[in-house]
Amino acid sequence: MSTATLNDSKTNNDAKSDILLEVNGLKKYFPVKSGILQKTVGHVKAVDDVSFFIKKGETFGLVGESGCGKSTAGRSIIRLYEPTDGQILFDGEDISYLKEKQLKPYRKDIQMVFQDPFSSLNPRKTVGTILEEPFRVHNLYTKAERKERVEHLLDRVGLMPQLRDRYPHEFSGGQRQRIGIARALTLNPKLIIGDEPVSALDVSIQSQVLNIMNDLQEEFGLTYLFIAHDLSVVKHISDRIGVMYLGRMMEVTDKRTLYKNPMHPYTQALLSAIPKSHPSEVKRERIILKGDVPSPSNPPKGCVFHTRCPQAMDHCKEIVPTLKELEPGHFVACHLYE
Amino acid sequence: MGKPELNLPNEKGEKRIEQTLGKRRSLLSIIVAKFLQNKLAVFGLIMLTIIVGTALLAPWIAPHDPDFQNLRNRLAAPSGEFLLGTDHLGRDILSRLLYGGRVSLFVGFVAMVGAVTIGTTVGAVAGYFGGLVDAFLMRLVDIIISFPNIFLLITLVAVLEPSLDKLIMVFAFLSWTGTARLVRGEFLTLKKREFVLAARTIGMSNTKIIFGQILPSAMGPVIVAATLAVGGFILAESALSFLGLGVQPPTSTWGNMLTYSQSVTIFRTAWWYPTFPGVMILLTVLSFNFVGDGLRDALDPRVIEK
Repeated sequence: MSTATLNDSKTNNDAKSDILLEVNGLKKYFPVKSGILQKTVGHVKAVDDVSFFIKKGETFGLVGESGCGKSTAGRSIIRLYEPTDGQILFDGEDISYLKEKQLKPYRKDIQMVFQDPFSSLNPRKTVGTILEEPFRVHNLYTKAERKERVEHLLDRVGLMPQLRDRYPHEFSGGQRQRIGIARALTLNPKLIIGDEPVSALDVSIQSQVLNIMNDLQEEFGLTYLFIAHDLSVVKHISDRIGVMYLGRMMEVTDKRTLYKNPMHPYTQALLSAIPKSHPSEVKRERIILKGDVPSPSNPPKGCVFHTRCPQAMDHCKEIVPTLKELEPGHFVACHLYE
Repeated sequence: MGKPELNLPNEKGEKRIEQTLGKRRSLLSIIVAKFLQNKLAVFGLIMLTIIVGTALLAPWIAPHDPDFQNLRNRLAAPSGEFLLGTDHLGRDILSRLLYGGRVSLFVGFVAMVGAVTIGTTVGAVAGYFGGLVDAFLMRLVDIIISFPNIFLLITLVAVLEPSLDKLIMVFAFLSWTGTARLVRGEFLTLKKREFVLAARTIGMSNTKIIFGQILPSAMGPVIVAATLAVGGFILAESALSFLGLGVQPPTSTWGNMLTYSQSVTIFRTAWWYPTFPGVMILLTVLSFNFVGDGLRDALDPRVIEK
């Protein structure tokens, strides 16, 4: 099992207390219903047996094409979704199946920055109200302290504290996203999940927001789970990276190894698609994948990637490859390396 | 990628931010401006203000006691003393219109508040929780919509003996379904918006999310529907009263004042008797519809949010 190998690895390399988040065999299936009686006729396997861990203070990048389940994984971890199966260990505590009431203390520790800065802020509330809401929900601080904290947070993300009385529609996309980051910071979380936090922004604004996130990580000792489809963004911010395809984890390793020595054919294809950022760079050979991503409601048997894999073998169609540690800290789910 | 500008000293940052924010316009001022552009809506609002105002002030501005009968003066044509004439019992029509307006508007408003409250709550719960709760509540809505309203109203009112509060309750009970469907639809889309997810991730309770986060954004269509509903209730009350099943005499309403226009003699000889209550109903309902349409355009989120 992939779970076993993961656990072995981290006890070998790191002390267990260094791990902030551990995801073991996470599954999230959405039922497909039809007919008057709403009978379940099938499942969309958005996340299928995904395992990884995040160490304290690091940034874990989760990449994959749209629809590969990376956002679903993030939302399951923060428990916006009920996981179908698997285990989510946060700071050693299993939070996968806690009820909303028992979950409340953990709500302070895990926060999320959302993708769409235009829908992530309530249009009917002022920025000050939006940022004070977490305090009100958790009954923290007095009125004056809340105000002071909100102003401090705004200042930290590079917005004037006076702007607290404004409504979201008065801000630009980048400014709204910074407000979203400030909101995620209000409760002093340990883990922040960024669900494509810069995908909706202009490139120039992207770097601003990424840099703020970097600065805040140092200042508050934050751990990030950074979900994105843009490989250069992930490369910029991540320490370790997980590559997902069709609900499954294909490869997990640290940033440098991934970009230098990608082992999974899917990762290789993905990386070959990054445009050169400088003319002097050696031209890579592009690996063009054929066909489309299969439907997650009816994923291929065996390795989900075998329909498009340039190096597919016969038994790839039958046997699901498990995520194995091929080199220290480098996990790959592929039959090529068996 | 250099260091972002925002790490520069505050003065520069302020300038940049002020520039991008531009002119400040509150949400309300945008809505008001948009509403005022619609001439019919403004006309409706002015009419409603006059109608509601005169109805409220009836005890002070009515020239006569609305119930004072003077049989010698039956069906007197409009004159200096009786501006809009008198009815078949010699009562002053203007005074009865003013007092009747209070009843008609009261029925309209209270029934609307009742219907909108039930409808909003049911729609919000169904839309937010979805699943079985939604299925159950929406089937309930389907059932209530399938009742033949006018017959049910007539039967209910007949069985319960007509009175103002029963009339209002029956109206509210039969009319919340439209609002429920409307609100449910709004909730179905709004609950997936990221600001709702954000509220969930900070641990906010469902009740607070429904009423504090989502409902304010769903109120636009509800306000429009509520405005139109008042007009509808006034019409319904008039119809029932016209049939003699609504508010009972001697209390006057616009509807029961019309009852006697059924008599051909009155219709022929005293045109002012059916005309003025009819005109009042027409003007009021029309005004509510104009205002409702104006609000619909002004509250359109596509206009507000950009």
